[in-house]
Amino acid sequence: MSIGTPGLVVAIAVLAGGTFAIRLAGPFLRARIEFSPRVVALLETAAVVVLAALVAITALTSGHGFAGVARPAGVVTGGVLAARGAPFFVVILAAAACTAALRLLQIP
Amino acid sequence: MWRTLDRDLVRGVAVICLSVAVIGASYGAVAVTSGFPIWVPAVTAVVVLAGSSEFLFVGILAAGGSPVAAVLAGLLVNARHITYGLAVSDVVGSGWRKIAGTHLMNDESVVLALSQPDPARRRAAYWLCGAGILLCWPAGALAGALAGGALRNPDALGLDAMFPAAILALILPALRQPGPRYAAIAGAAIALATAPFLPPGLPELLALGGLALTVRRRVAA
Repeated sequence: MSIGTPGLVVAIAVLAGGTFAIRLAGPFLRARIEFSPRVVALLETAAVVVLAALVAITALTSGHGFAGVARPAGVVTGGVLAARGAPFFVVILAAAACTAALRLLQIP
Repeated sequence: MWRTLDRDLVRGVAVICLSVAVIGASYGAVAVTSGFPIWVPAVTAVVVLAGSSEFLFVGILAAGGSPVAAVLAGLLVNARHITYGLAVSDVVGSGWRKIAGTHLMNDESVVLALSQPDPARRRAAYWLCGAGILLCWPAGALAGALAGGALRNPDALGLDAMFPAAILALILPALRQPGPRYAAIAGAAIALATAPFLPPGLPELLALGGLALTVRRRVAA
């Protein structure tokens, strides 16, 4: 690490301020521009698309490579349970349990 | 206002927050064992409140990268919040509340809000989850920083599968409609195909290209 405390404080402040500005951008625009119901529906779909991409990335990749078998297997288990109407907290606990069990069996 | 939420969802939020605390502990431990003072994970957890960007920020600095690179990489990872804010601007509140409501915006609070059927429950789910994460993420980070190396690997508990599974479960109802479903599948495919070559955060934004499918379908219909 080649950074002193003052530099670190500035970097953290810029990251925090920038992240807040990014979070504020949506509500800021929505308060000033009247969108048609069609566009509002499209904006909700856009968020769902980004979340779906986030699921794919976090379930299947690790760094720039493949995440291995255990994590995707857990996520698929959770997804199947959710599609069959299992309670939400059962879904997420089952996903973690499946992945943990596979890792216990030395499956990465 | 929590009473409007069904009990299963509240239990789910509690489990999510617990898992966030454990991952926060691994963040605190990683930061301290890479040479940062304890206040760094504790303060970033409160003021940034966006886990993956904090891991990346600390990781780049620890590897000798420049502060500018670390900040830009963190902001790129957080850029997806622009789409979140556009979709759930109704739940962040107004006046002074808007500042808190905006800061509570994260993957989990947004996906919970989107999964709710009416405005009152949208707002309740968003604030409950957002506040829970605001408590649990920094508390976990501080605990991990104090405990040092003891908590470095939460993967053994399978917690890394919990986050994508939770989000998947909550977007499933939206994916029952063909338009969003095709857009989401195309978007996920774009993100996966580009992930090996691009910096973190960018593939999720390129996934928005999947929206072209729904727009074309609407024009055709």
